[in-house]
Amino acid sequence: MTVDTMAAIRQTFFQECEEQLSEMEAGLLAMDEGNADSETVNAVFRAVHSIKGGAGAFKLTQLVQFAHTFETALDFVRSGKLQPTAEVMKPMLRAADVLADLVEASRDGRDIDEASYETIAADIKALTLVDGAEEVEEAIDFQPTVIDFGMPEIAIPEPVATPVHEYRVSFTPRPELYANANESVLVIRELSRLGDAEITCDASAVPDLAALDPNGAYLSWSIKLSSEVSIEAVREVFEFVEGEAEIGIESNDQPQVSDADIAALLAQALGSASAPEADATVDAPRVEETARLAPAPTEPTPSETPPQMQMAEVPKAAAVPTQTTIRVEFDRVDRLINLVGELVINQAMLSQRVVEANLAASSSVIIGLEELEQLTREIQESVMAIRAQPVKPLFQRMSRIVREVADATGKQVRLKTEGEATEVDKTVVERLAEPLTHMIRNAVDHGIESPEERIAAGKSPEGTVRLSAAHRSGRIVIEISDDGAGINRQKVRASAIKKGLISADAQLSESDIDNLLFLPGFSTASTISSISGRGVGMDVVKRSILALGGRISISSRPGQGSTFSMSLPLTLAVLDGMAVSVAGQTLVVPLTAIVETLKPKKGEIHGIGADSRVMAIRNTFVPLIDVGTQLGFRDTPADPEHSVAILVETDGGARNALLVDSIQDQRQVVIKSLEANYGSVAGIAAATILGDGRVALILDVDALVTGSFEDQLTAAARYGTEG
Amino acid sequence: MTRTILTVDDSRTMRDMLKMALAEAGFNVLQAVDGVHGLEVLQTSTPDVIVTDINMPKMDGFGLIEAVRKDSRYRRVPILVLTTESDAAKKTRAKEAGATGWIVKPFEPTKLIAAIRRVAA
Repeated sequence: MTVDTMAAIRQTFFQECEEQLSEMEAGLLAMDEGNADSETVNAVFRAVHSIKGGAGAFKLTQLVQFAHTFETALDFVRSGKLQPTAEVMKPMLRAADVLADLVEASRDGRDIDEASYETIAADIKALTLVDGAEEVEEAIDFQPTVIDFGMPEIAIPEPVATPVHEYRVSFTPRPELYANANESVLVIRELSRLGDAEITCDASAVPDLAALDPNGAYLSWSIKLSSEVSIEAVREVFEFVEGEAEIGIESNDQPQVSDADIAALLAQALGSASAPEADATVDAPRVEETARLAPAPTEPTPSETPPQMQMAEVPKAAAVPTQTTIRVEFDRVDRLINLVGELVINQAMLSQRVVEANLAASSSVIIGLEELEQLTREIQESVMAIRAQPVKPLFQRMSRIVREVADATGKQVRLKTEGEATEVDKTVVERLAEPLTHMIRNAVDHGIESPEERIAAGKSPEGTVRLSAAHRSGRIVIEISDDGAGINRQKVRASAIKKGLISADAQLSESDIDNLLFLPGFSTASTISSISGRGVGMDVVKRSILALGGRISISSRPGQGSTFSMSLPLTLAVLDGMAVSVAGQTLVVPLTAIVETLKPKKGEIHGIGADSRVMAIRNTFVPLIDVGTQLGFRDTPADPEHSVAILVETDGGARNALLVDSIQDQRQVVIKSLEANYGSVAGIAAATILGDGRVALILDVDALVTGSFEDQLTAAARYGTEG
Repeated sequence: MTRTILTVDDSRTMRDMLKMALAEAGFNVLQAVDGVHGLEVLQTSTPDVIVTDINMPKMDGFGLIEAVRKDSRYRRVPILVLTTESDAAKKTRAKEAGATGWIVKPFEPTKLIAAIRRVAA
């Protein structure tokens, strides 16, 4: 049980570390922005301090040492000895990164090569050496100790030959002793436990009752103590009351000097700076003494009360700390989401049955059902909200990327974030990390110019990368913009021609050229840098955004910078779709892909070749795709005049018309992974269950349009998160 | 008689550790997350000993000790300061505020219990 509890506390510690690291980073960034108010600085200090405290208990030496160095520097800022200027904040932010790395390594039980962060440690230490205020190297003012929560060990009896010392102790408390809730009697009782004690109380100073001050101190004691313990152990009894009483301790004999005594005396001689270490040295034997001697008749000891009973008693009196959050395992939330999905489907089926029963619209069944529908929708939204997480931690990680890339490229870059509280589904947050990292790297590496170039262009030498998040019409929009040079369109165009991506005489709009960046295999960097050019282009970024059901666009103004804008669904568990009929089957077309729906007229459809057709829509021709034949539902193409055309836009921006028999309605469907429940099917992204209990397939518009089903992995990944 | 200890610490890890060490030694444990919360807990319960951290948001350990000492009901409740900072200045300041004693973090459970028994009547 003890081991389990320790493991649980360890887990709590690392969870708490995450929170503290996040708070620390937010505070440091605020300080970097110039908002170094005392509450912010204190919060950062406390965060690092708490990490150090917990790390000490788990003997995470590397972490303790670095946190200590960092904390000392923060304390200098806190006390005003150090101003949080840009030169100070830069190493501080780097130190925050190191601290995060050390926490992660400690959690995984790894050690980090100290050489990898000794420069930063030295930089931080150097901060505390300003204006000669040389900090006395405390060399960590505490020794990490392994916590043993087991029963107090029965102390091994001291060797019989230990000499007995004779002490004479005088003890005269002052009123402060009582004011601070110390008790003379407890001190004397503790002293008497060290050996044979002869106690004399001097009450001669007690005045008449009329003159007696209830808060006064009038009694004094002299104690003759015969004990095996050292004089330091005797002195330690008075540790808390030193300064609150006159204390005299004399030894009548010449005790054999122990190592501990020498250490203590040495420590005293060396002055207060190293006194704590001396305490630690002397404490060790004393603790055993107490463990052996402490149990007084009235005191509960572990052996008197079974542990279960103790545990049962605790909650009764325990005040609940004010908590506004609870921790729930992710699996439980997922299960709940799946159940709510089933509930939505069930409710839809029930509705359908009721409609089929032809009840009057005013019947109580219909009214009750409408209420159920409303409630179901609210439950669904609430459950989805549980999975929602703010993008803040993700954004905070990006500030680190900016620092690293800026350092590696010798650029000066500041990251400004907005809308960090914007919430989005946990899965979306997680899967955004990689593309976002890549785009941020790009923005710093390719977007922002070198300080010299910026000055030459009349800009501030420090570039700015903005990262923002906002909710817009049921989706989250994330924008990354930089104030760099913008896209060099001539260069992009030339490069695309050279690589054979476009023909030399292609007529492209500015936006078309910008979008060339998303083509596979495109890279404009004249030299492939170690930062962004590791073979992962913007096409990969685009593909991962698309896989999340998102879209990405780019805009750029020469000399003023570029903006990448991403729009993503808030959840991957439900989808707004249009239910259509094709050859007796119900299919769902994702609403995000639909531009408009049309009723084809005779003359608008033109055949090309043997079995290709195009449709004329307002002077442009778009390929017409017969969904029924494409998916193999029927062999002969449908008659367009008795069908409906759905104009869709693929993620690549190409427009096509999907020919279906009829449109049923527009609805929100719960996404069920087809791969997890059946297998991957070409042209199908996922499945859902309809109100009548039948399975309906959700179209993968991109795969259907390109006709080449080789992109199966992407398609399956697109909606395949919910089982 | 089972004694009740109020622990005041903003770190969940430290609160858990204290609770475990104290509960195993047979104490009842009350918990508060900062000085202000500590004073709130004191409105409804009377601990035998208060163990408090120093660095906390809202109200730090010094503030809590001063507030407790001003309240006639708790003037005589022993208060142990729990902190990693073992330097003399912090101890002196805690003493001036009215602290009874101190425990240096990271604590050993035996040391913690010994310190509590030293001050608890």
